[in-house]
Amino acid sequence: MEAMLFYLVALVSVISAFFVTKCRNPINSALCLVTTFLCLAVFYVMLQAPFMAAIQIMVYAGAIMVLIIFVIMLLNIGSVGKSRYTHGVAGAIVLSFLSFIVAAKFIAGGTVSKAVGDISAEVVQSYGHTELIGKAMFTEFLLPFEIASILLLVAIVGAVILSKRKV
Amino acid sequence: MENLAQIAMESVNFQAIMPSLVLCCFGMVLLLVSVFLERGRTAPICWLSIIGLVVTGIISINGWNDPQAGFAGGVVLDNFATFFNLTCLIAAGLTILMSDSYLHREGYPVAEYYPLILFTTAGAMWMASGTDLMTIFLGLEVLSVSLYVLAGFFRGQLRSNEAGLKYFFLGAFSTGFMLYGVALLYGVTGTTKVAGIAEAIRLMPDASSNPMIIAGAILLSIGFLFKIGAAPFHMWTPDVYQGAPTPITAFMSAGPKAAAFAAFMRVTYISLDSLQVDMSAMFWVLAVLTMTIGNFVAIAQKDVKRMLAFSSISHAGYALVGMVAWNEVGFSGILFYMLVYTFMNIGAFAVLVLIGKQGEDNLTLDGMAGLGYKRPFLGVAMAIFLFSLMGLPPTAGFTGKFFIFAGALKAGYVWLAILGVLNSAVSLYYYLRVMVYMYFRDPVEDFSWVKMEMATIVSILIAIAGVLYLGVLPGPVMELAKLSIF
Repeated sequence: MEAMLFYLVALVSVISAFFVTKCRNPINSALCLVTTFLCLAVFYVMLQAPFMAAIQIMVYAGAIMVLIIFVIMLLNIGSVGKSRYTHGVAGAIVLSFLSFIVAAKFIAGGTVSKAVGDISAEVVQSYGHTELIGKAMFTEFLLPFEIASILLLVAIVGAVILSKRKV
Repeated sequence: MENLAQIAMESVNFQAIMPSLVLCCFGMVLLLVSVFLERGRTAPICWLSIIGLVVTGIISINGWNDPQAGFAGGVVLDNFATFFNLTCLIAAGLTILMSDSYLHREGYPVAEYYPLILFTTAGAMWMASGTDLMTIFLGLEVLSVSLYVLAGFFRGQLRSNEAGLKYFFLGAFSTGFMLYGVALLYGVTGTTKVAGIAEAIRLMPDASSNPMIIAGAILLSIGFLFKIGAAPFHMWTPDVYQGAPTPITAFMSAGPKAAAFAAFMRVTYISLDSLQVDMSAMFWVLAVLTMTIGNFVAIAQKDVKRMLAFSSISHAGYALVGMVAWNEVGFSGILFYMLVYTFMNIGAFAVLVLIGKQGEDNLTLDGMAGLGYKRPFLGVAMAIFLFSLMGLPPTAGFTGKFFIFAGALKAGYVWLAILGVLNSAVSLYYYLRVMVYMYFRDPVEDFSWVKMEMATIVSILIAIAGVLYLGVLPGPVMELAKLSIF
């Protein structure tokens, strides 16, 4: 049952990812991107990471998509004419096939897929995924968490300076 | 579940982040104060930010020889961090001194400029003192985002726009590489702590052939090498350095570069110590490539600002020689060289700030003709900085290069040292050419527009003092650099 669901979602995510690049109208591409993001959220749920799934939907499918749509609307990009981006398609196919082989080899070899560190599947089971992330964020990674606030402040100030009509 | 607030508070150690904390507070207060000043009045903010830097400097110096760790091993304020903190503070101070009159001349007297420099410096401090890849990464991001804004600060100038945009796009790319490297290293070691990664890699029997470690180390290095401006990741440097406001170019080439070297050194020497042979070989190639590309392309430049951009690439190459050496001498050599480079490069840019007209189209070689006679002080100052950039005694450039190449020789890299010296010889050509134009060409213009702004002159004088002091008496500071090794 789970395997079937996985293949179904995987198929949808690959197809929608394909249409992100295929669609001529940028709005259609953006909507396909939302579909891809939602499929990724389903993967996170299946990997027992509900927090990541929620973040994926809120941040990527929500905030970042709104941003992309805003940019498209503000820049007034219409649908691209008849030009076809055929060059590079063959190269892209070869490249993705090669990386698939490399990834499959490493995962099958087991050198890159074993879990290391303090957080094992049992710990996640007993504590809960969201609790672990919250605990790490406010104990071990308290300083990076606070630095992020300065980062956001700098970004806001910078955006105002660069976009204000009159300085 | 345990009492989280208690756990969190136990790991908090404000002593360990005091310099950056003070700088951030100053930055935020200045943002608030600037709201109440009338538009175009930036002098109070300028002087307050200088006070902020001085206060931070005093706090940093007080922390010398008193290492403080905190935040669950995420940050440590050791001598190494303090040395780089002071270098960045000097860079920021010299930059701010030359900025105020420049901003008014170019028509962008915006007070937020100064808090952004303070935040950049705070980001640099987190990079220098971070012992967790997350701290280092977020420090790098604070530094980068402020610099993107500062590079594109002159919104009405096409060149500045280009600089900001190019820096932003390529910087975002390199950030992606670096973050992927961090993710891979975390995936294979299960920790983001610099020391923890070293431990995990040491316990691994086949570490140097593990694809995830190799890929992680390379991707992480790419992120740092981009910030340093090492070849082949130097493509952004000329356009960004030329287009950005001149004081920001000066700052970018000194402070953030030093911070990137600090984080790079901590990560490679501690975390990736087991991969020394491979990393050293990689740095060897990169150092030679960076020195050679920087020097040979600089020869072709007509614009002095752009020429100094390529020269800064080649100087990143000299500093990389110290990374190849992987020993105490080369290592303290980099610390010393970054301080030297801060003085000589910012000094050279400060002279350019003074002799530029609005829009700065006259900063070409022809525009320098006769400067030595029309403006003797600026001519002599520029000559001192150029001699130092060449690496001639008795200036600091000589002692800096001497320590770095001595490290390479001690580690047995004779050919590398020879290539480095040959490269310095090549660099004589384009530095001396500026001098030839300054002293042996008839003046085309009378430099009547040059205003000897007091603050900028002070900045130039401090830089001259630094260059001569470190050149004649390098001993005491070199001792400090040796004490700074972790």
